[in-house]
Amino acid sequence: MTISIESSNGVCHARVTGEMTIYHAAEMKGELLPCLDYGTEVEIDLSEVSEIDTAGFQLLLLTKREAAKVGKSLRLVAHSPATLEVLDLFNMASYFGDPVMMPRAAH
Amino acid sequence: MELDQALQTFIMESRELLEAMEESLLGLESEPDDRDAIGAIFRAAHTIKGSGGLFGLDGIVAFTHVVENVLDRVRNNEVPINADLIALLLSCRDHIGMLVEQIAADSAAKPDHETETTGIMLLNQLKSYQAGTQEQSPLPAITSSQTKPQSQTAVVAQSGGTVENDNWHISLRFSHDVLRNGMDPLAFIRYLDNMGDIVHIVTLPDAMPFATDMDPESCYLGFEIDFHGENVDKATIEGVFEFVREDCSLRILPPHSRIEEYTQLIDELPEDKIRLGDLLVNCGALTWNELDEALRLQSLNAEFGCDASASRDSGNLGQILVEQNMVQPELVDAALGKQKLAKENKVQESKLIRIQADKLDQLINLVGEMVIAGAATSLLAQRTRDPALHESTSTLSRLVEEIRDSALQLRMVQIGETFSRFNRVVRDVSKEIGKDIGLAISGAETELDKSVVEKIGDPLMHLVRNSMDHGIEKSEIRLQRGKPAKGTLHLNAYHESGSIVVEVGDDGGGLNRARILAKALEKGLVTANQTLSDQEVYGLIFEAGFSTAEAVTNLSGRGVGMDVVRRNIEALRGTVEIDSREGVGTTVKIRLPLTLAIIDGFLLGVGSASYVVPLDMVMECIELSEAERQETRESNYINLRGTVLPFIRLRDQFREQGKAGRRENIVVVQYVGQMAGLVVDELMGEFQTVIKPLGKLFGNLKGISGSTILGSGEVALILDVPALIQRAVNKEAQQLAYSQTK
Repeated sequence: MTISIESSNGVCHARVTGEMTIYHAAEMKGELLPCLDYGTEVEIDLSEVSEIDTAGFQLLLLTKREAAKVGKSLRLVAHSPATLEVLDLFNMASYFGDPVMMPRAAH
Repeated sequence: MELDQALQTFIMESRELLEAMEESLLGLESEPDDRDAIGAIFRAAHTIKGSGGLFGLDGIVAFTHVVENVLDRVRNNEVPINADLIALLLSCRDHIGMLVEQIAADSAAKPDHETETTGIMLLNQLKSYQAGTQEQSPLPAITSSQTKPQSQTAVVAQSGGTVENDNWHISLRFSHDVLRNGMDPLAFIRYLDNMGDIVHIVTLPDAMPFATDMDPESCYLGFEIDFHGENVDKATIEGVFEFVREDCSLRILPPHSRIEEYTQLIDELPEDKIRLGDLLVNCGALTWNELDEALRLQSLNAEFGCDASASRDSGNLGQILVEQNMVQPELVDAALGKQKLAKENKVQESKLIRIQADKLDQLINLVGEMVIAGAATSLLAQRTRDPALHESTSTLSRLVEEIRDSALQLRMVQIGETFSRFNRVVRDVSKEIGKDIGLAISGAETELDKSVVEKIGDPLMHLVRNSMDHGIEKSEIRLQRGKPAKGTLHLNAYHESGSIVVEVGDDGGGLNRARILAKALEKGLVTANQTLSDQEVYGLIFEAGFSTAEAVTNLSGRGVGMDVVRRNIEALRGTVEIDSREGVGTTVKIRLPLTLAIIDGFLLGVGSASYVVPLDMVMECIELSEAERQETRESNYINLRGTVLPFIRLRDQFREQGKAGRRENIVVVQYVGQMAGLVVDELMGEFQTVIKPLGKLFGNLKGISGSTILGSGEVALILDVPALIQRAVNKEAQQLAYSQTK
């Protein structure tokens, strides 16, 4: 798993590549949270996430929550199929509030 | 967690479970009321389904689910067990086995067309045993086949006090360690989704601490789930989470539960009460009115301090749950039973460990090398004549011997497992050929080397099929001959002087000696003036080419591929003999060495070379006195306490150069009741022999079965005693015949 981070005009773009799983959880936490310091808006690109498990998902939750706490906006964009499936299964798409490509039919 | 490794474990466990399932099913045939067996079969199916779900093996889950449902009905006495059902369940077991094997071959494999067709056919047959047979849903569709009577799941409704919601409500809180233990909550929710329909799910991140305290490898999530499934009961839902039992707290409310139960649920959950109330409404478990009612009840409870929370302190939660109509009594029983079972399993597990067979083989090889190196050390110690060193090496060799024995013991397995596989074979074959045949097994606890067990299966199968096909007569003929209508096939095993004997016996018609002899004459295997013992005649059926089908149908057919059986057994350094009485039955005895790796040997010296004889075969050693030497110069036998003992001079046999020693000895060896003497120069005593196979070049050497390395580094040959005995006996007989004709 690698995270590449670029910041321009107060917007931090982070792009996660590879597996967001328990194996890289500690590493991810150390890289995702500081993103909040790089700009007022943070955008995490999930298009290259090949696999995500509960640990990876939890970190997205944490980042979202921390962002809200300090009044910054966090957007998840370009969800890969793996991330979409988890968001859908946990029914958390609305929590993140990001437009996703294939929302599940509302219950 | 290595997924591949876990999958291997699953496959291995499934194989074991399927074997247990088969055994219990066969047991049911004779004892259809055996509740334990039915329980065991159900649990096997249940566990395979549960573990299969974890790996997302949908094919296995879907099929096993239907089987499990039928089994559950059998367990509840809703479906009577009979021969047809057992036969169907056996086929289902085979199908599951097939699915598992396909996964084993390629974990991403889809079942091929044939397997799929079999599966659909079996599911169709199973349908008639499921409840609500009128349903004609397209197969395989597990959710729509109504396999549970409604009374199972429906909780007695109480007017006014129950909620309208007809979904199951599941509250899940995972422990922090669940991820570290290699479980992913996602997998379980996915699995739950497979079992039915997750109507609504709320993910609760509330327990997640501040960013600095948050451990990314801990799990902080909880879930409130509304779940709908056509044929689920509480046990099914619990089953989904069985593997995280210890890593999560699980609360399940059945459809139409009473409001009080929701109150209690709210009470028990760690989150804020109002937030929980909102949640429950959100996920459709409660309506707003019901929530109000629940909260009112809760405050009442708090005021009077009575009811659930108070009585829960008394400890007997199960009883309270039943009293409160929360679960049916049988569910509690089932849960308790399950817990007990899990405990027992754990105890068992701690007694057994799985080891890869090649690791064991490597250990045995190392022990072999150690035995050789130890022998070299003792030899050196002896030469130094240092008593202290001598003593320490002798202690060492005693220990080496013990290590050798325990290492070999590790590879010993009981033959019973191999035997019990034939239950199914006998059952199926006897149906197929329309004979009534039972299988009797004895000596199942006899142990032998694993490598031997693996190779003996095929020859045994051949012999068993042969006995059933041709040995045992049809019922009518049996009755005419005054025998019970039901034929019996007997599998027996026992130890005898360093070898294991496996017997395949039947009480059939036996072999026809005259016809075999006639056939052998025709084939030119024997000559007319040869006198042959019964054993020798029967042994002819093992000759290659003796077994063309039309030639043997009249002689009760034996001989089909029997030469292959003999070849296989000889490759294991074993022998096979046959014993038969016309009209009474036939017994085939297979004699195999206990182990193929290390034996206790007896070291002999002839000229400058050394030879080893397996110690178990040595009866006694006698000196050949000068007078006897003169006497026996011409003949090849001596008078041993009144009996004739044929012997072989190893010096002549192996063309050993050099002059014979001043004294000669006879080593009396025995095999299969026959005795012979080996004339040697020197007796060198016991020797731990690590058997090294001979190269291909020496494969055809008669009288030698292998080689070993002595402490001095020299090579000694291991004598093939059965072949030598045969030679000695034959030679003597020939000479006798020769002198008679003179």
